[in-house]
Amino acid sequence: MSSTSTIYDFSTLTGSIDAALHNWMSPGLVLTAELVLVGLIFLTFYALLGLFLVYLERKVCAVMQNRYGPNRVGPLGLLQTIADLIKLLMKELIPIRKADQFLFNLAPFIVIIASFMAIAATPFAKGLQAVDLNIGVFYVMAVSSLGVVGILLAGWSSNSKYSLIGAMRSGAQIVSYELSVGLSLLAIVVFSGTMQLSGIVESQADGWWIFKGHIPAFISFVIFLVASTAEINRGPFDLAEAESELTAGFHTEYSGIKFAFFFLAEYINMFIVAAIGATVFLGGWMPFHIGNWEAFNHVMDFIPSMVWFFLKTFFVVYLIMWFKWTFPRLRIDQLLTLEWKYLMPISLINIVVIAFIVLMGWHF
Amino acid sequence: MNSEMLILFFIIALVLVGIAIIFSSLAAPRSTNPIKFDPYECGIPTEGPAWIQFNVGYYLFAIIYLIFDVETVFLFPWAVVMKSIGIRAFVEILIFFFILVLGLLYAWKKKALKWA
Repeated sequence: MSSTSTIYDFSTLTGSIDAALHNWMSPGLVLTAELVLVGLIFLTFYALLGLFLVYLERKVCAVMQNRYGPNRVGPLGLLQTIADLIKLLMKELIPIRKADQFLFNLAPFIVIIASFMAIAATPFAKGLQAVDLNIGVFYVMAVSSLGVVGILLAGWSSNSKYSLIGAMRSGAQIVSYELSVGLSLLAIVVFSGTMQLSGIVESQADGWWIFKGHIPAFISFVIFLVASTAEINRGPFDLAEAESELTAGFHTEYSGIKFAFFFLAEYINMFIVAAIGATVFLGGWMPFHIGNWEAFNHVMDFIPSMVWFFLKTFFVVYLIMWFKWTFPRLRIDQLLTLEWKYLMPISLINIVVIAFIVLMGWHF
Repeated sequence: MNSEMLILFFIIALVLVGIAIIFSSLAAPRSTNPIKFDPYECGIPTEGPAWIQFNVGYYLFAIIYLIFDVETVFLFPWAVVMKSIGIRAFVEILIFFFILVLGLLYAWKKKALKWA
């Protein structure tokens, strides 16, 4: 599409920074400087995102339940989560005497590493992506599913019954729903013919896949939403930490900042899932265009690509939060039935239908 | 650049958690109490370890999952080239799915998908 050329390409900015650094440094030093720069930016972004998502969750929950939510610390309660973070940092880390100390301490590292590495591949705007792998979708799926190892380790090593049951449930749930997430993303890979996230976004310049791919793409999107909500252990699928029966599930024994890391990873995973959903189905940073409405499309192009990305992502985040606060929790057998007897067969059939549509060239 | 980037992200996550835990263990107050370090169990003294023979009702799901996950891995390369290969890829995937669905139906009939 011709109008995409008007979207600001961040690679010109990064390119000029790269050139400027090359002017007064040796190549080896430039690489180091760039890595440090990228690292610091992502670290800040990661921390702020976690804090903001927790705040957002509490506000959304409050709206759903007709309350105010946090409103005392800072304007609109914006500093509430920062206060919480400081509180958690200053809390004692209780070493459980009967726990497997090494694995107990290793678990938070694994969940954070999994979520941090997954966020690396997120395309935030045109040309603004830390790692643009040609197997992008596959990479994000693979890395983000490593988090389940951390959860299983956390549950088992605590030597607590609640943790063990929570971790076992969580393991069964995450691995089951990962299949549907994979198959629903696969549907769009069939359409676009590439796994590279930037390539998938580029392929949506003339329309988002959820519109271009007819009904099967929409079914994929719905399956993706349901399955990924389950995969990140959020309500109504939050059986792993069903507080009414399991205290806190796999992180019952974690205290202070270690608990905060599990909490943080859960919220960041929600963002990653939303970002992947927005990128693959809703066009990522592509502006919203309607067929031949030249004027309308031109106005839409003026909105920066990064704004589009965050609008779509937070729309999906809001949907996931909406699920949590309006649906009652499922039972574990219902949960597994939903995956294996409904979502799995539907997504398999859906893939065949999509392959047929692609074969006949019926998509736009 | 990509592989350096990935290693960088790995290290940053490691450092982030490490520094926070070290800082917290230095800054936080401490107190000791004989039963404070026991695993939690409704507030009563802990009965035995949690490392016991545990009925993993999830065992069969894990095995079925393994089959289907490997299948997804096979599907990804197919999905990328589906457009360019055309009819042959489509027929091939029909055969692939047929065998796979037989497996799923077998597990279904054997009540492996039923929560026991």
